[in-house]
Amino acid sequence: MKKYTFTEQKDTRSGFGVGLLELGRKNPNVVGLTADLAGSLKMNEFEKEFPDRFFQVGIAEANMMGIAAGLTIGGKIPFTGTFANFSTGRVYDQIRQSIAYSNKNVKICASHAGLTLGEDGATHQILEDLGMMKMLPNMTVICPSDYNETKAATIAIADHVGPVYLRFGRPAWPVFNADEPFIIGKAKLMQEGSDVTIIATGHLVWKAIEAAEVLNEKGIYAEVINIHTIKPLDVDAILRSVKKTGCVVTAEEHMRNGGLGDSVAQVLAMHHPSPQEYVAVNDTFGESGKPLDLLKKYGLDTPDIVNAVEKVMKRK
Amino acid sequence: MASIDELKTIAHQVRRDIVRMVHGAQSGHPGGSLGCADYLVALYFEVMKLKSPVFEMDGKNEDIFFLSNGHISPVWYSVLARKGYFDVPELSTFRKIDSRLQGHPATAEHTPGVRIASGSLGQGLSAAIGAALAKKLNKDPHLIYSLHGDGELEEGQIWEAAMFAAAKKVDNLIATVDVNGQQIDGSTEDVLSLGDLHAKWQAFGWEVLSMDGNNMDEVVKTLKNAASYIGKGKPIVILMKTEMGAGVDYMMGSHKWHGIAPNDELLQKALDQLPETIGDY
Repeated sequence: MKKYTFTEQKDTRSGFGVGLLELGRKNPNVVGLTADLAGSLKMNEFEKEFPDRFFQVGIAEANMMGIAAGLTIGGKIPFTGTFANFSTGRVYDQIRQSIAYSNKNVKICASHAGLTLGEDGATHQILEDLGMMKMLPNMTVICPSDYNETKAATIAIADHVGPVYLRFGRPAWPVFNADEPFIIGKAKLMQEGSDVTIIATGHLVWKAIEAAEVLNEKGIYAEVINIHTIKPLDVDAILRSVKKTGCVVTAEEHMRNGGLGDSVAQVLAMHHPSPQEYVAVNDTFGESGKPLDLLKKYGLDTPDIVNAVEKVMKRK
Repeated sequence: MASIDELKTIAHQVRRDIVRMVHGAQSGHPGGSLGCADYLVALYFEVMKLKSPVFEMDGKNEDIFFLSNGHISPVWYSVLARKGYFDVPELSTFRKIDSRLQGHPATAEHTPGVRIASGSLGQGLSAAIGAALAKKLNKDPHLIYSLHGDGELEEGQIWEAAMFAAAKKVDNLIATVDVNGQQIDGSTEDVLSLGDLHAKWQAFGWEVLSMDGNNMDEVVKTLKNAASYIGKGKPIVILMKTEMGAGVDYMMGSHKWHGIAPNDELLQKALDQLPETIGDY
């Protein structure tokens, strides 16, 4: 089995900040906007180097989304930066009409998603964003799993013409992906296995890798797929694996309703009915706490993935 | 340069188009459309610098218009067609299946002249500001125009945008508010009083002008005068007093014709007041 190690932990939002700065240097049409969260989104370096191409909108996210849509009309590629909660639910209608329906080339970059936001609590811990955004026609939805992947995704989405939702987070997290180009819509096979397919996204890809190691010691060979692009979904990669293993566990830092798990369930129902278990938040809001404690309490930790695998294998 | 009489003649036909389109679809918003006919004709046929009939989404090296109160699409579609962006007979497809002329303006069908969807209110000023910022970045001296309903000012996003445009000196933008005092549920006074709009916009840091939006001579003069404030550090807003339903007597003076279509008999009554000028579709 492939051995994953990491030498450092870095926050995915810093990957975004570095990626944005690199983009700024190579593409003069890239512009940045924030609603009073430039520091939290690590956009300061971009702002410093390209002050004329950075717009501090103040605490007015609806206006920010509209301005971003307008900027695209003049050929700009706007990257909006605020928390995931304020990037989606707060401005859903603005995104729906001015960006998605109008098919504007806006990159909605959303940090502090999910429970791992931690101490700020449920007001800020959005667990519904992937569902909301994947329902919008024209929208590409991306949820990278570590610093390197977030940086690469930030750079890749500038070349994709059309609206994109890029979701990342706050905590320092193991860096385990190679520093390599990001291919939108192409799932990554992290671990080959034959007994079960674990399909994970975002921070939980690392948890899935850890779970596969635990399972390996128990003689269960788990295949691990990193679905960094929720939409368009890499249906072929999912089916190829499930046809081999016959059962699936999905893992995500998101509500069970409407998340990656539901996208995978749709694929299975339509093409290859198979048992599936969800590792996701089950119809409840989060709370304040340390990120890892929260993952444990809400059933999103490594042992939860292991348990889900054992459960789903009995249903084969 | 069109004469005031020529502009009036076009506006007259546009009003006729509006009533016929809404009747043809048996749905749509004639009241505000009729009230804004003079403004849109003045803008497209006299004031804006355009590449028409050529339409390019990026609007580089030409002026750009945003309709934020998208429900008055009939007047915009008529003006766009009459300006040559698409064939006038296409107006008969308004609100019908497989048409580019959606109930509210949209880009999905690549309707020439439309750069962003509108209909859900309050979003157009932000989009206009974004386009104005892009013009500045592109060192393009052309202007951005936008139109908003007075009822639309009840949306909070308008005031987010108003605050931003003044603070960031977006001074290549001329917004206009159609002050007809009416919205779907009644008068703006009854639904949610807007207070002193002149004082509000001024307090938000805008250069505020006023005009009678149903006096073609005044509309043209005010729009041209507004351009003299460009580049002076402040965004510009024109408070445009209009009569909802202007040109059709039974539609005037009430909110009733905000969003309903005339029947055959009332269509005829309207057309009798609006004789054909430059040809029906």
